[in-house]
Amino acid sequence: MQLLLEQLINGLTIGSFYALIALGYSMVYGVLKLINFAHGDFFTMGSYIGYTMLVFGIAAATAQFGPWTGMMVALVVSALGIALVGILVERSAYRPVYRAGRLPAVVSALGASIFLQNTIMVIWGPRYQAYPAELIPAMRFQFGQISITLLQVIILALSFILMAALYTIVQKTAFGSAVRATAHDRNTAALMGINFNRVILFIFTLGPALGAMAGVMVGMYYRQISFTMGWNYGLKAFTATILGGIGNLPGAMFGGLILGVLEMLGAAYISAAWKDVFVFLILILVLIFRPTGLFGEKTAEKV
Amino acid sequence: MAPLLSMENLVIAYGAREVLKGISLSLDEGEIVTVLGANGAGKSTLLQAVCGLVGIAQGTVTYAGERLNNMKAYEIVLRGISLSPEGRRVFPTHTVEENLMLGAFTRRKHTGEIAAARERVHALFPILKERGRQLAGTLSGGEQQMLAIGRALMSSPRVLLLDEPSLGLAPILVKQIFDIIREINKQGVSILLVEQNAHRALGVAGRGYVLENGRIAAEGPAAELKSDEKIQEAYLGGAALKKRPS
Repeated sequence: MQLLLEQLINGLTIGSFYALIALGYSMVYGVLKLINFAHGDFFTMGSYIGYTMLVFGIAAATAQFGPWTGMMVALVVSALGIALVGILVERSAYRPVYRAGRLPAVVSALGASIFLQNTIMVIWGPRYQAYPAELIPAMRFQFGQISITLLQVIILALSFILMAALYTIVQKTAFGSAVRATAHDRNTAALMGINFNRVILFIFTLGPALGAMAGVMVGMYYRQISFTMGWNYGLKAFTATILGGIGNLPGAMFGGLILGVLEMLGAAYISAAWKDVFVFLILILVLIFRPTGLFGEKTAEKV
Repeated sequence: MAPLLSMENLVIAYGAREVLKGISLSLDEGEIVTVLGANGAGKSTLLQAVCGLVGIAQGTVTYAGERLNNMKAYEIVLRGISLSPEGRRVFPTHTVEENLMLGAFTRRKHTGEIAAARERVHALFPILKERGRQLAGTLSGGEQQMLAIGRALMSSPRVLLLDEPSLGLAPILVKQIFDIIREINKQGVSILLVEQNAHRALGVAGRGYVLENGRIAAEGPAAELKSDEKIQEAYLGGAALKKRPS
């Protein structure tokens, strides 16, 4: 029981990383029908920017105002920086090839991914980098036999706040409604007076920004980061996207959380070495039995 | 007085295939003008060209003294032209109310104006008020058509473009839709109506154009077109009547 609950918490923690990254895949796919392979690298780059901020940039700020300010500054700077990178990648790698169809855009996305990965390697070097230790006091909360670290509480709380905020924007605001309309039918959305380029700007700032914050949190959680980690996290987040139903934002969130929990339970009860196998086994099963994902498309449409 | 909306020598091509081969057409303020034609005559393309959804190869579209060529669709909506597209194209996973609010997207900062437009639309289509919280995809075909027209009116347009509003509707609904079109026009909206139901369309319109293979084959006051023998044959069931064995 204790193992189960603790693995559940661990699973939710890494699941929220997957969920935050998955949202970026899902938003871009929803509007452009493009699988943004560079998204995993946005995540990595975000992690590295956070690393630089925490190690060099804001050491002074941390000394002055304490670790909380330091952490928040790292998250915000990383999010803003990667939002900018997201826009630049869209302008340079995707926008010129939209007209050519979907396949060229996917190839261009792979190219952007390789480019970003190498950029990270050139800037920060090919070796693993380590986030500073003890950024957050190593406190543990004890509930009966279960313990949860302060860092986990922060990660879970922050992730849920970010997801709730995104969900509210997309579901409740006029602009969010316009984004959903554009995802559904781009031409008719244009007839409503919705500027497609604004919608693109929206998804290519928020998606990468969420990924970047996940990157900073992964850095703080595991402490070790590498320039290739975007591939693995990206692939898992992509699996989460498929699991929840691609293009569906709540699906991406729950897909990420479910995937994280299953991965951790598999690691605990079957074998840690096989945990990636469970993830991709799930992907295969979903693709075979429920290709539209657990949350699927709402099929209210009349033909 | 210059017409509110006009097309001069409009040529539209999809690749090498010319769909419209030099169309000139005008709509005055306060008019209902109908464009008739069979499937594939280029009627929908004409409306899409006005809205900026398809590129213009040659010719011009002018609205209120301004050239619309090469403007983006959203810029054209902002200027007061609104299209209710063929096949309704409501957003099925948005509620009826959300669909209407999307129609008012360009006016979203003017809450008072939106409230007034909403009231007008609800008065024209009471069912949309009743079904406000329902997903648009669950509406019947007729209700979706009403939603598409209502949504197009939410931006308080000066020109309303209607693409086959009667397509696939039961006869009683067709009559209702055309009554509403007349009512919208009375409220001061100029209407360009594309239809296959020539009989009904000529009933509400003041003038009409007949489109055949991308060219204008006939034009004139609705009453004249109605009594034109060729048009009767092609679009008003005249041919069918004559061919019927006696």
